[in-house]
Amino acid sequence: MVALLFCFHLMATSDRSLTPASPQPKRGRFGWRPDQQWEGYLFILPSFLGFFVFIALAVVISLGISFSDWGLTGWRGFAGLTNYQQMLRDPVFWQAFWNTAFYIVIIVPSQLILGLLMAVALNQAIRGRSFYRLIYFMPVVTTIVAGAIVFRLLLANNGPVNDLIRWVNSLLGLSIPVPNWLGSSQFSKWAVVILTLWKNTGFTMVVYLAALQGVPQELYDAASVDGASAWRRFLNVTVPLISPTTFFLFVFQTIGAFQLFTEPFVMTQGGPANSSLSVVQYIYLAAFRDIRMNKASAMAWFLFLFIFTFTYLQNRLQQRWVYYETD
Amino acid sequence: MATTSLATSNATGSPTRLRAPARLALQIALLLGSVLMLAPFALMLLVSLMPLSAFMKREFSLSVLTLNNYVETFRVVPFGRYYLNSIFVTVSVTIGQTLIASLAAYAFARLRFRGRDGLFMVYLATLMIPFPVTLIPNFLIIKSLGWFDTYLALIVPGLFSVFATFLLRQYYRGIPLDLDEAARMDGASSLRIWWQVIVPLSGPVLATLAIFTFQGVWNEFLWPLVVINSESMRTIPLGLAAFVGQFKTAWNLLMAGSVIALLPILIIYILGQKWFVKGITLSGMGGR
Repeated sequence: MVALLFCFHLMATSDRSLTPASPQPKRGRFGWRPDQQWEGYLFILPSFLGFFVFIALAVVISLGISFSDWGLTGWRGFAGLTNYQQMLRDPVFWQAFWNTAFYIVIIVPSQLILGLLMAVALNQAIRGRSFYRLIYFMPVVTTIVAGAIVFRLLLANNGPVNDLIRWVNSLLGLSIPVPNWLGSSQFSKWAVVILTLWKNTGFTMVVYLAALQGVPQELYDAASVDGASAWRRFLNVTVPLISPTTFFLFVFQTIGAFQLFTEPFVMTQGGPANSSLSVVQYIYLAAFRDIRMNKASAMAWFLFLFIFTFTYLQNRLQQRWVYYETD
Repeated sequence: MATTSLATSNATGSPTRLRAPARLALQIALLLGSVLMLAPFALMLLVSLMPLSAFMKREFSLSVLTLNNYVETFRVVPFGRYYLNSIFVTVSVTIGQTLIASLAAYAFARLRFRGRDGLFMVYLATLMIPFPVTLIPNFLIIKSLGWFDTYLALIVPGLFSVFATFLLRQYYRGIPLDLDEAARMDGASSLRIWWQVIVPLSGPVLATLAIFTFQGVWNEFLWPLVVINSESMRTIPLGLAAFVGQFKTAWNLLMAGSVIALLPILIIYILGQKWFVKGITLSGMGGR
C-alpha cells in the first residue's frame, strides 16, 4: 500500500521530476530510430501486458460496471446513473464519507506537525540520532495488521492505556474520563487516528529530515548575523525552504487518508454502528460481502473524482504558499 | 537574549550545535518519543511471553515468563505455511517487478521508437487512479482467468508497477549515453547493453527499489484478502487477521502471532535500515 501511495506523490511532483536528471547529449538525430523500433516494443512488452490488463482494461471494466445493472451472474443490462443515485441516497455511504473526512482533517495536520517536530529535533547535533531514527521509523515497516492487533489490546476497555489513565487519576486525584475506545461511537474514530499516527509519522519525519538537510547553512548563518532568533530562523528560513516538501506530504497523506482501509478493518471492523467505517472499507464490503459490485464501483469512481479534484485544486493553490527556488 | 550563540555555525553543515541545557531537554523529549513508539512492540513481546491469566491480573514477574504461547500458536495456526506463502509471493514479485520495470525503463529512457513518450505519459496518467477503482475489475479478471485462490493471483498483478518503471527511468536517463554508443560500436545488442552496462551501473537504485517493493508486498493486505479464500493460501497478514477473528481476546496467542509475523520484516529493516530510508528519500525527491 505504501508503494502504491508513492505513485500519487509522483503524480503531484511529476512536472518537476519529468525533466531529465542530466541533459542527454543531442547528436542531431531526434525522434525514433528504425533499428530500435521493434526492440523498444519488445523491451516494454512484459510491462505493457500488465499495464493493459490490470490497469487500462480494469479502468474500462470498472467504469462499465458502475453504469450497469450487475448481479451475481454478471451483466444484466445498462443502468444509467442508477448506481450513483443509490450511492447518494445511502446513509451508510455518507457516514463512511464523513468518517473519512474526519480522519483526513485530524490525521494529516497532526502528522505534518509531529513529523516536522521530530525531524527538526533529529537534525540537531546530538548523540544517538541514528538510533532515534531507527526507532521512529520502525512502525512504518510494521505489518499494519499486527499494529492494529496490538492497539486493540492497548486501547481495550481494561487495556494498558486505560490503566494508565486510571493510575494518573488516582495519583493526582483527577477524574479524567476513561474512554471505551473501541466500543463507543464517540471514540472509535480516535482509536483509528492514534494507530495511524503511530504507524505513519516516522515516514513524514524521514521525508522532512531529507528536506531539512537540503537547507543551505549559509542562510542560517546570514540570519544569525542579522540577529534573528532560533524561532525566527525556523519561521523565516526553514519553513519557506521546505514548503515544497510540506506540499508533497500534504497531498500525499491526504490521498493516503482517503484510502484508509486496514486500520479500521482490523481494529474496529468499522464499528460500533459504522462509526469508524471508512469509504474504502465500505467499497470492500459492498463489493465482496453484499456482492453489489455495481454500487461499489460507483463509490470507487466517486472517490476517484474527489481525489482528483482535491489534487487539482491543491496544485492550483500551491503557488500561493509553496516556495520554489528559482535558478 | 544571546540568540546568536544558541546556534554557532559549524563547518560540517546542517546540524546546529545546541547548548548543554537545550541538548538535555531534547534528549529527554526524544527518549520519551522513543518510549511511545516502542511501547506497542514491548507490550506485544511481553504479553506473548505470559500466560493470559497472569497478564489479566497484571502479574509481571520473571517467573511467569513462558514460551508456551508460541508453541500453542504454531499448533492452532499454520504459521509455517503462511511464512512459506509470504516468502514465495514476496520474493517472486520483488524479482519479477524489478526486472520487468527495469526492461521497460531502459526502453523508455534510452531507446528511440515511435510512441515512446506518448505511452509513457499514459503510464504516468494512470498513477492518479486510486487502488479501489481497479480492485473490483481485477478481482473479476483474476476469476475469469481461473486464478482465484492461487499464487498466480497473488503474484501476477504485482509484477507490473508504474511507480518502479518511473523511478528507474528517471535514474537511467542520468547515465551518460556515450556508454551505450561505445558498447554498440563493439557490436553489443540492446539486451546486452541493458544487462551488462545499465543494470550493473544501477545497483544501488535497484537494491533500494527491491527492498521497498519487498516491504510493500510482504505487508499487503487488501488484495490478498480479495483473491484468497483457502487457509493454505494465506499470506502472513491475512493469516494474522483471520487469527484475530478466531481468537478475539486470547491476547497471549494474538501477541505471539504478531511477533511471529513481524520478526522477519523487522530483522530485514534493522539490517538494511539505510536502504529503507534511501527508498523514502529517493521517492520523496521524485526519483532524483
